[in-house]
Amino acid sequence: MDQILGNIDLLIQFPVVNLKIIIDGIMIGALFALAAYGLALVWGVMNVKNLAQGDFVIGGGYVSWWLATTYGLHPLLGVPVAFVVMWGIGWLTYKLVISRVIERDLFTSLLATFGLAIMYAQIMNLLFGSDTQSLVLDVSALGLQNNYYFADGLIDLPAAKVIGVILAAILATGVILFMKRSRMGQAIRATAQDARAARVLGIDTEKVYAFTFSLNSAICGAAGAIIVMVWVIQPFYGITYSVRAFVIVTAAGLGNLPGVIAAGLGIGAAEQYGSHIFGIGYQQAIAVMLLLAVLVYRLLQQRRNRQVLQ
Amino acid sequence: MSMQKTGFYGVLLAIIVAAPFLFPDFSTQLATLWLFIIVAMTWDMTGGQMGYNSLGNIFFYGTGMYVAAVIAIALVYDVGEYTGAAGGGRYDFTNQQYITGFLLGTLGAGVFCAVSAFILGYVLFGLRGPYFAIGTLGMAIAAGELVSNWDWVGGGQGITLPVYAGDFDQTKLFIYFAFAIVGVILFIFLKWLYSTRFGAAINAVRDDEEKAEAMGLQTLKYKLVTWSLSAFFIGMVGGISAFQLISFEPLESAYQTINLGIFMVVCVLLGGKGTLWGPIVGAIMFQIFKEVTWNYFLGWQWVALGALIVVTVVYFQDGLMGWLMHKKPEWFGVRVESKDDTVAEPAE
Repeated sequence: MDQILGNIDLLIQFPVVNLKIIIDGIMIGALFALAAYGLALVWGVMNVKNLAQGDFVIGGGYVSWWLATTYGLHPLLGVPVAFVVMWGIGWLTYKLVISRVIERDLFTSLLATFGLAIMYAQIMNLLFGSDTQSLVLDVSALGLQNNYYFADGLIDLPAAKVIGVILAAILATGVILFMKRSRMGQAIRATAQDARAARVLGIDTEKVYAFTFSLNSAICGAAGAIIVMVWVIQPFYGITYSVRAFVIVTAAGLGNLPGVIAAGLGIGAAEQYGSHIFGIGYQQAIAVMLLLAVLVYRLLQQRRNRQVLQ
Repeated sequence: MSMQKTGFYGVLLAIIVAAPFLFPDFSTQLATLWLFIIVAMTWDMTGGQMGYNSLGNIFFYGTGMYVAAVIAIALVYDVGEYTGAAGGGRYDFTNQQYITGFLLGTLGAGVFCAVSAFILGYVLFGLRGPYFAIGTLGMAIAAGELVSNWDWVGGGQGITLPVYAGDFDQTKLFIYFAFAIVGVILFIFLKWLYSTRFGAAINAVRDDEEKAEAMGLQTLKYKLVTWSLSAFFIGMVGGISAFQLISFEPLESAYQTINLGIFMVVCVLLGGKGTLWGPIVGAIMFQIFKEVTWNYFLGWQWVALGALIVVTVVYFQDGLMGWLMHKKPEWFGVRVESKDDTVAEPAE
C-alpha cells in the first residue's frame, strides 16, 4: 500500500514523469489499435470473433525475427514481408476453418478460434523455442540517433518506438483509404451492412470474406513485425494481445474507427499508468480488468434501456 | 428402476471401486479422468442444460485449490509465515491434521466457490451469448494474474502443501476415491436434478430466455442457483486437486485457462452437450486422446489438442450422444411414429 501511495506521490511531484508514461502508452496503444481494427473488421463483416488475433500478431513478429536472424533481413523490411506471409496464413486459416463457422452461432467461432490459438502458439513454440525474442533496430545509418532525451534525460525516446508508431500510422491510413476508395473496400463494407443484399447485387461474398480475414491477419502480422523491434515476443504472449483487442473493440463498438483508435491509445496509457502505480506484475491483470469493467459498464448502460416487468 | 438398470449401475460401481486395485500403476491417470468427468459434468450444467457457455469455470477450480490449501494450512500454521518460507522450513502435518485439513478444506472450497458464483453471477449473467463467454474468460485470467501477485498466498510461486505421512500408494488411493465419491454424488444429484421442475426451468432458459421470463420464471434466480451448484462441485474437486498435486502455482496449474479451462468444454462437446451421459463419455474419449497423443507426439500433443478442438467444434458439435440421438432415437425413449400412425390418429 505504501508503495502504491509512493508511486502516486512521484507522479504528482514530477509531472514530467506523466508525460513519459503517456508517450509510452500512446506508442503501445497505437499497435493495440491496429490489432483491434482487424478484429473489428472481421467481427463486423463476417460476425466471427477471432480469439487467435494475438497469435497472428506474434506470428508476424516471428516471421520478421526469423528472417532477420537467419538471412540478415533488415527489421524494417520485415514489416512488409510479415504482412505478405501472414496474409497467406490468414487465407489458409480462412479456407480450412473460418469459412465453416461463419454461418454458425458466435460461441462456435469463439471456441474454434480458441483452438486455433492453442495450435498456433504451440507450433511457434516448437519452431522457435519458448525464449523471449526481440530485434534491435539500428538507425544510425540513416543519420539518426538511436535514443533521444528530453527534460534533462528524464524522458528517453528510442527512435525505434517512434518509427514503429509512424509505421503503424502509415499502415492504418493505407487500410482506411483502401476501405474507402477501392472497389474491394466498398464490397467489404457492403457485405458488412447486409450480406444477402450484397449477394443479390452480384458481390461474391465468399471472396469478400476470404479477403477480409486475410487482410486482418496481414495487419496483425505487420503489427507483430513492428512489436518485435520495440518490445519482445514470445510464443505464448498472443492471448494478451487478443484480450486487449477485445477490450478495445468492446469499448469502442463495431465499425467505429475513431473510437477504436481512441480506445487503443487510451488503453495503452491506462495500462502504463496502472503498471507504474501498482507494479509491473499487474500489467496483464489491468488489461483484463479493463475488459471486465467495459463489459459491466455496457451492461449497466443497456439495463437502463431494458424494458421488463420488475 | 428395472432389473436391467440396477444391474448396469451395479457393474459400473464395481468397476469404479475395482479400477485402482486392478491397475495400480494408473491410479493417478484414473484420478485425472475423474477430474475431467466432474468438471465436464459441471460445465454442462450451465453450458449444455442452461445455454450459458462459460469459458471461465476454471476460476472456481483455481479458487477451490487456493481456498482448500489456505484452510488446511491455517488450521495448523500461520498462512503468511508458511507461504513466506516457500516450501522451506519445517512444516509438517500429522495424519490427523492432514485428514481434517483435507475434509474441511475441500468442503470450504466448495462453499466459498458457490458463494462467489452467486455474487459474480449477479453481474455476469446480464451478459448474453458470446459476451458471457468473453466476460467469464476475462474473470478467470484476471483472477490468475491477481493471485500470482498476492504474496500472502505465495505469489507467483504458489503453495506447497505438506504431504501425508503415510504410505505413498495409500495417498494415491485416497485421492482417487475422493474424486470418485464426488463424481458419483454429482452424477446421482444431476440425474435427479434434470428430472425435476428445476431441470425443466433451466432448459427453458436455454431454449428461449425471453419467453421463459414472460412465462413467469425468475430466470436470474435459476441461473444463479445453477451456477452456484456447479461452482460448488468444481471448487471441491479443485480442493482435492490441490492435495493431489501437493505443489501448485497460480497460472499453470490453478487458473489454467488454456488447459483444463478449455478442455472441459471440449469434453462436453465431444460427448454431446445437454445430455447426462455426454460429458462422461466425452471426458473418457478426451482423456484417451490426450494420453495417446502424449505418448506418441510429445511436443506436438498440444497442436493435436488444438486441432481436436477445432475439428470437434467445426464438424462434430453435437457430439457422440447427439449423433446417436439422431441415428437411434428409440434408444433414448423417443418413439418414432411412422407416417401411417400420425394419419390414423383422430383429430382432437
